[in-house]
Amino acid sequence: MRYLPLTDEDRKEMLGVVGVKDINGLFADVPNQALLKAPVDLPSRQGEMEVERIMAEMAAKNLNTSTSPSFLGGGAYRHHIPATVDYMIQRGEFLTAYTPYQPEVSQGTLQVLFEFQTQVAMLTGMEVANASMYDGATSTAEAVMMANRVTRRERAVIAGGLHPHYREVTETHAKYLGFEIVSPAPKAGGDDVAELISLIDDKTSCVVVQTPDVFGNLHDLTKIAEAAHEKGALLIAVNTEIVSLGLVEAPGNQGADIVACEGQSLGNPLGFGGPYVGLFATNPKYVRQMPGRVCGETKDVEGKRGWVLTLSTREQHIRREKATSNICTNSGLCALAFSIHASLLGDEGIKRLARTNHAYACELADMLAKVDGVEVLNKTFFNEFTVKLSKPAAEVVEKLAGKGILGGIPLSRLFPGNSDFTNMMIVAVTETNTPKDMQALTTALKEIL
Amino acid sequence: MADMSQGRTNVPVAGSQQPGTATISGSKGLEFDEPLIFEMGEEGRTGVDINPVEISNERLGGLARKENVGLPGLSEPQIVRHYTRLSQKNYGIDSGFYPLGSCTMKHNPRINEKIARMQGLGDLHPLQPQSTVQGALELIDTLAHWLKTLTNMPAVAMSPAAGAHGELCGMMAIAAAITARGENRTRVLVPESAHGTNPATAAACGFTVDSIPANDKGRVDIAAFKAKLGPDVAGIMLTNPNTCGLFENDIIEIADAIHEAGGYFYCDGANLNAICGRVRPGDLGIDCMHINLHKTFSTPHGGGGPGAGPTVLSEALAPFAPVPYVIHDGNAFKLVEDANESDGVPFGRLKGYHGQMGMFTRALAFMMSHGSDGLMQASGDAVLNANYLRASLGDTLSVSFDGLCMHEVLFDDRFLKDTDVSTLDFAKAMIDEGFHPMTMYFPLVVHGALLMEPTESESKETLDLYIKTVRGLADKAKAGDAEFFHSAPRHTPRRRLDETAAARSPVLRWKPETNE
Repeated sequence: MRYLPLTDEDRKEMLGVVGVKDINGLFADVPNQALLKAPVDLPSRQGEMEVERIMAEMAAKNLNTSTSPSFLGGGAYRHHIPATVDYMIQRGEFLTAYTPYQPEVSQGTLQVLFEFQTQVAMLTGMEVANASMYDGATSTAEAVMMANRVTRRERAVIAGGLHPHYREVTETHAKYLGFEIVSPAPKAGGDDVAELISLIDDKTSCVVVQTPDVFGNLHDLTKIAEAAHEKGALLIAVNTEIVSLGLVEAPGNQGADIVACEGQSLGNPLGFGGPYVGLFATNPKYVRQMPGRVCGETKDVEGKRGWVLTLSTREQHIRREKATSNICTNSGLCALAFSIHASLLGDEGIKRLARTNHAYACELADMLAKVDGVEVLNKTFFNEFTVKLSKPAAEVVEKLAGKGILGGIPLSRLFPGNSDFTNMMIVAVTETNTPKDMQALTTALKEIL
Repeated sequence: MADMSQGRTNVPVAGSQQPGTATISGSKGLEFDEPLIFEMGEEGRTGVDINPVEISNERLGGLARKENVGLPGLSEPQIVRHYTRLSQKNYGIDSGFYPLGSCTMKHNPRINEKIARMQGLGDLHPLQPQSTVQGALELIDTLAHWLKTLTNMPAVAMSPAAGAHGELCGMMAIAAAITARGENRTRVLVPESAHGTNPATAAACGFTVDSIPANDKGRVDIAAFKAKLGPDVAGIMLTNPNTCGLFENDIIEIADAIHEAGGYFYCDGANLNAICGRVRPGDLGIDCMHINLHKTFSTPHGGGGPGAGPTVLSEALAPFAPVPYVIHDGNAFKLVEDANESDGVPFGRLKGYHGQMGMFTRALAFMMSHGSDGLMQASGDAVLNANYLRASLGDTLSVSFDGLCMHEVLFDDRFLKDTDVSTLDFAKAMIDEGFHPMTMYFPLVVHGALLMEPTESESKETLDLYIKTVRGLADKAKAGDAEFFHSAPRHTPRRRLDETAAARSPVLRWKPETNE
């Protein structure tokens, strides 16, 4: 087997040193009835070429976003990833390293994390960030649990525009930890701020608002932040399209206390939903209640600047059942990809990228608004908006797929059972969409509707 | 695995700057002094070319960002050099032997990277119509079949994002099953040798944690365990092979006892790599177990993730599996995302979308490459390598528990008694010798633990050099040269770092005003 260096000769010699007769002899502590005598019923070993062929056959059965016009968003966006990103993250020293617990031989990963934390803080307009979470949904749930700890309260107010997966993950934790979630009904036209504020009281630990929300609407957070702070609650701002922050006001500048984001848009491919990278940023005063790993600056014995993982007394490997979270492995390599992409963009690049996304989305919204049977519902958006169709959106999306176009996400997929949304879909546009793509979607919709 | 220092801070000792080695630039040959990216940017530089666009009819509703983000401007060649230089300050499996116990640092085949990036796999959107992703759902279903067959378990939840996330999945399923029985059980038994994630997970599910002591053979003290059973016990979380690198030989008795008491058996699958293809955990009476694809099935650790933690479930727990999951309805694969559409009673959702697809692809490629025969051979070699270290180092170091070990071998610091050299010092000296240190101070059941896991990826030649090095260093320590150890490492980009200072006044980001 090509991955196993021991030869039969080695094995024989080593077994002699150990003092057992054969490999099975090494498993003497296993109850005999549980020790298999022959391999399980699965295929035998195969070469690279054969494995690649099997996988390619499965890949060929899918409609891919590289060759089909795609307008899918809903928290996962197809952006152009510069070749440098994927080349750099495959350097073995990054790819095959463990969590940087031995700082003297991990300064590369650690410096990357320090730079990543700084970039996340800058983008979100917050003071500090951690070294990443699994994804945006788990980051949001962890933010709510952190707000409960900080305020010692157990009721979260969640806006209707939060991505349903993010809400469901938070609800799952709520069920086990016994905290409460109150929430107005989702509205495709955007959350009703007055209604949201009316739900905040002195038992509220936090208010969770996504902007742009799952329907694409942008929200001014300042009033919600004021209302939350007045009652002693925290504002958690959620962002699922981090590129928007190159053009849209940062949540940190609108009074957010915790910002939870999906960072996939920078550096990370769609990959059928994972692995992605959760971003988590907050104020320094809450840092000891923050979940996840953090990298900090220090000096070595020669006085040289260096980096280490720090504040680990919050974490499970030290605090065990009293830890702020059970998270251990996070999204290190995805954070690296994010960070390299952000470095390549720089201030000018992120601004231009965001402007391109917005400009293209505006263009498509205007094109679709002219199609009979299509109504664009958003007054505001960044690169994604909701359209109301004259037919059920799930059927329309299937027909579009039949024409080789991934036209949008029917809201019935994200809000099953909600009949208000049957005819609606969300449409996302990024810099990867060409005028030809947009024309193809417009023409196809004219034919279908 | 979790921690390398268990809270012991790494306090620098007075180190001597070696005379005559200073350079003008700060770099030393191939060892570059690399500033932070924020310290090297210039306005007007960029690493991507994006043409400016006009926005005809903007829809930002007055919410345009007022200030710049603050990201530095750099060209592509500067970026490539920056990250190349940073990578050179890291130790990876590709660089050398990485015997980090409990972490399973085995070879990461590059074919897996290639396949994960394939068109039609790497570029699929998670919310495409299901009719357009039948191949992707087939891949998930195929991996699920391999995992179920290797463990002899009837069901698997694929969505957990990492080992600790899989623990959460299993313990939430257990809690849901207990609630469904109309019972209230609040206590979870966790051996003191467990990973920190186990008690943290139990607490995150609303359970209280009750610690079980180990016996003098490094296994669960079965009498103490049985004494703790009661009507309020929800289950046990047991790692097998355990974190001492030993197979819990009473495991079937433990399973029977916990079931008889009305509880469930959570098996932490972090060490599945020791027995994969040779022992099926389902034959041992477990109810659930997470599988770290980034350990046993070699998806890259990536400097701290991403991982993936699919969790196998018994018949009793399967109905409570979280959404989404893949089924085949006779005609096509289907992703069940809505709990109301489920035949079971899902306890909820654990993450966005459907799981760590990129890790699934890599893990399945790894499994198919090995085949059932190769996986059996791999676990055999992993255990042989660990026992070879045990047998070859047993007389020099102090083995914590007699007898055969599984995939890793545990030593403690008795061999360093009266030398003024600590486990930490010894590990740092290994770095200077070109090896990644073993896991230190974990598990907590022995004093000054040194846990070594060679994996099946290492050749006998590598192990022999490692053995020679460890023996040499142990002799040096016993000969009284403590200062040599206190000042290690000497040949690294940075020497010992002050972790106490880092925690006391945390600097967690770069800032222009303080760093310029």
